[in-house]
Amino acid sequence: MRLNLKIWRQESGQASGRFVDYMVENISHDSSFLEMLDTLNEELIKKNDLPVSFDHDCREGICGMCSLVINGEPHGPEKATTTCQLHMRHFRDGDTITIEPWRANAFPVVKDLVTDRSAFDSIMQAGGFITARTGSAVDANEIPIAKGIADKAMDAAACIGCGACVAACPNASAMLFTGAKVSHLNRLPQGKPEKERRSILMVSAMDKAGFGGCTNIGACESVCPKSINLDVISHLNRDYQGASMKRIFHF
Amino acid sequence: MNLDPKIPEGPLSQKWSNHKFNMRLVNPANRRKYNIIVVGSGLAGSSAAASLAEQGYNVSCFCYQDSPRRAHSIAAQGGINAAKNYQNDGDSIQRLFYDTIKGGDYRSREANVYRLAEVSSNIIDQCVAQGVPFAREYGGLLANRSFGGAQVSRTFYARGQTGQQLLLGAYSSLNRQIGAGKVKMYTRHEMLDLVLIHGHAKGIIVRNLITGKISRHAADCVVLASGGYGNVFYLSTNAQGCNVTATFRAFKRGAGFANPCFTQIHPTCIPVHGEDQAKLTLMSESLRNDGRVWVPKSKAVAEKIRSGILDPNSLAECDRDYYLERKYPSFGNLAPRDISSRSANEVCLEGRGVASTGLGVYLDFRDAISRDGEQVIRERYGNLFEMYNRITGEDPYCKPMMIFPAVHYTMGGLWVDYNLQSTIPGLFVAGEANFSDHGANRLGASALMQGLADGYFVIPYTVGNYLGELGISQAGFNDIKSEAFSSTESEVIKRLEDLISIKGTRSPRSFHKELGKIIWDHCGMERSRKSLEEAIQKLDKLKIDFEKDLRVVGHSKTLNAELERAGRVSDFIGFGQLMCRDALMREESCGGHFRKEYQTNEGEALRDDSKYAFVGVWEFLGDGEEPKMHKEPLCFENVQLGTRSYK
Ligand SMILES: Cc1cc2nc3c(=O)[nH]c(=O)nc-3n(C[C@H](O)[C@H](O)[C@H](O)COP(=O)(O)OP(=O)(O)OC[C@H]3O[C@@H](n4cnc5c(N)ncnc54)[C@H](O)[C@@H]3O)c2cc1C
Ligand code: SF4
Ligand code: FES
Repeated sequence: MRLNLKIWRQESGQASGRFVDYMVENISHDSSFLEMLDTLNEELIKKNDLPVSFDHDCREGICGMCSLVINGEPHGPEKATTTCQLHMRHFRDGDTITIEPWRANAFPVVKDLVTDRSAFDSIMQAGGFITARTGSAVDANEIPIAKGIADKAMDAAACIGCGACVAACPNASAMLFTGAKVSHLNRLPQGKPEKERRSILMVSAMDKAGFGGCTNIGACESVCPKSINLDVISHLNRDYQGASMKRIFHF
Repeated sequence: MNLDPKIPEGPLSQKWSNHKFNMRLVNPANRRKYNIIVVGSGLAGSSAAASLAEQGYNVSCFCYQDSPRRAHSIAAQGGINAAKNYQNDGDSIQRLFYDTIKGGDYRSREANVYRLAEVSSNIIDQCVAQGVPFAREYGGLLANRSFGGAQVSRTFYARGQTGQQLLLGAYSSLNRQIGAGKVKMYTRHEMLDLVLIHGHAKGIIVRNLITGKISRHAADCVVLASGGYGNVFYLSTNAQGCNVTATFRAFKRGAGFANPCFTQIHPTCIPVHGEDQAKLTLMSESLRNDGRVWVPKSKAVAEKIRSGILDPNSLAECDRDYYLERKYPSFGNLAPRDISSRSANEVCLEGRGVASTGLGVYLDFRDAISRDGEQVIRERYGNLFEMYNRITGEDPYCKPMMIFPAVHYTMGGLWVDYNLQSTIPGLFVAGEANFSDHGANRLGASALMQGLADGYFVIPYTVGNYLGELGISQAGFNDIKSEAFSSTESEVIKRLEDLISIKGTRSPRSFHKELGKIIWDHCGMERSRKSLEEAIQKLDKLKIDFEKDLRVVGHSKTLNAELERAGRVSDFIGFGQLMCRDALMREESCGGHFRKEYQTNEGEALRDDSKYAFVGVWEFLGDGEEPKMHKEPLCFENVQLGTRSYK
């Protein structure tokens, strides 16, 4: 098929960007969206033009590297699908497709469609862990965990850290991402001792990194490629408030 | 080249504990005087960096992705082995050891493999303590599944995302140390060379992938955990950025490269759809527990299926060839990876393949669905069926799934001794980047185990021992202003500028594709003297074309994916030659290395233990020179060499 592309080009974080029109031809329905962009880039190279920069690595929907806003939607039109797992059979011959980077203050554009998402790592470094020094662990089966709890923890742990939730949110809030990690760790018996500390530290790192507040819009959940549920945000709010109260009365 | 494996004295089961006791310790107050570089943030790199930092060393960790969490380990699906014997089905350290040696077709080192089996239990404990949400039974205890090549249930898993969860566990420990200031993390940084001072590894040269800035980093020792080289085939199940650059550069600085021709081709991947394909997707091996592999008995029927005239479901039982069940009645569809892959290739070469390209076989769930019901199959494999449907647009509940083998894992890697130290003192290698534990073929769910064993439980001891032996007076003996650093840096800069200044007509990707095709056709599932000699010639020509006709658009002072790929492809071409030489040298068939000339009458791999029970280790002698092969003999004192039979 043949497609018209409107792609955001921006030379660097400092430069200003603009949309540029391109056309690609002979795209197979079985190609992935990123293979379509590979084809465009190969054509650009033939003409000695600069290829479009975009982030990608695993191309299996698990590393969280790919990050395109396609026709206004983070990761494009398919539900629960990352950009790299989106296939061209979902488009029609002659379609015009707009492609932009994630847009959020905390994720500045680096070049073209590539953004800097290190703010997510800073939230994790603040408290997204259970302190378990190597070699200090007890036998794994000494901590039985009810299947239901383990399953719920796994649901939340499935987050790939892509940032689509932030890109979709009008406030550019990172509550779904942070909630997912808090809900994964705080739920488990191993995570309980640091539960309060973790909630407070991660929320304050989130604020510090420049993410906005949550006003319960729910756009994050609908674009999340791993279907992380809004419940994780309630969980985070609950644990955060509990921890703040304790802080007021005990510290 | 000194290939002393430094295997500790004593009986197999006590070697590691004796060795740990005999190793030197570094006094906690002195540890902060040492700097350690870890290249890679996958399972091996993250776990090593975090554990070393916990001990008090200063660690710098590097990865090319924008976050350590995105290392390729994230993509592992199936599971991780450990000899816990929680299922009470007769598992033990001894059995995991034996299965791994046998699975590797008797081409790995006993002592290393035994240690791997020994520490496997601690890995699961460590991961659970970190909050890794492994699958559990209703009673709250950990669940297990079985995997190819084993008759016990020892695989721990977290849905179809085991690698992701294990990596997020290691990443969380790493994060704790980054937050505590003990690890300095360099994301979007690519290591482009290794720096040696007086023969010891003392630093690396890296490129900041965003700004293009080249910088020098010094340390008291270097740990490479940069993953495997499967992308030498262009199409593989590896992530796009996986590369051989870090290990190949170390090879060029004097590190021996072991068994480069041992590569693993995984039988259950989604077939290639067309020319513009950039990546192959693995479907978990667990599917073979219930799916039946078949192709039509006749070529004519296969042709009709390919052209869409015939519906495979309408084919009578007597017209189907369930070739794995036919050839290997006792393991059937669960035959090991190398055997299943080769069989699929054979039937396709006979013209009986079913995908539109002719390169595909069926993995059919019809019988499982009628036996257990669709609901049961959906519960077991729902997410995999969904993934298949997303990629191919076909519904595997109604139409048999199509699969074909694809490159998946590389057993070869930098040679290391028992301490995971390469032939360069102070250069340690962990995870898929080393050659250590899997011989000529890796069993499912054993790579995750090895990466974490190396990073959590081996490197932190052996690196400490090396630093202890070096002595505190040597700490910081690694000035970045020294001649070694500046000359290595200049070479790196020159290599990059050279790539840009060729200004030919062909993109890096086009060369990568051509390289992949040469390697796949000549040094893939089946190799022969003829195919390998041809490959070496073709690669010589490809190298010349590359140096004459490469086009890298843009400059080096910015994010430039073309330049990154060009550098990686350039190293892959050099490495491909090494691989083919190694395959040519090894005149036997073993594991993933199948030489056409060396097979039994039934077409099975024919090992030659009298001549080839050794590790082939290559030494770089200079550009334009043939590398030299050295041997580390393999001694088997605890297992009997047998013919691997899965019939
Ligand atoms: C699709 C798939 C499924 C798999 N499933 C399983 C499974 O179920 N069970 C199992 O046991 N194994 C499985 N494996 C194998 C296993 O995942 C890998 O062997 C293992 O994760 C490798 O870990 P690693 O830490 O050695 O390397 P990786 O995870 O590949 O990490 C390499 C690291 O090195 C960095 N790096 C690389 N080159 C450079 C450079 N030049 N400069 C700076 N940094 C660099 C990267 O950024 C990355 O951080 C699977 C593999 C694939 C491809
Ligand atoms: S919560 Fe969903 S959208 Fe947000 S980072 Fe995680 S996977 Fe991506
Ligand atoms: S490229 Fe890894 S999730 Fe898309």
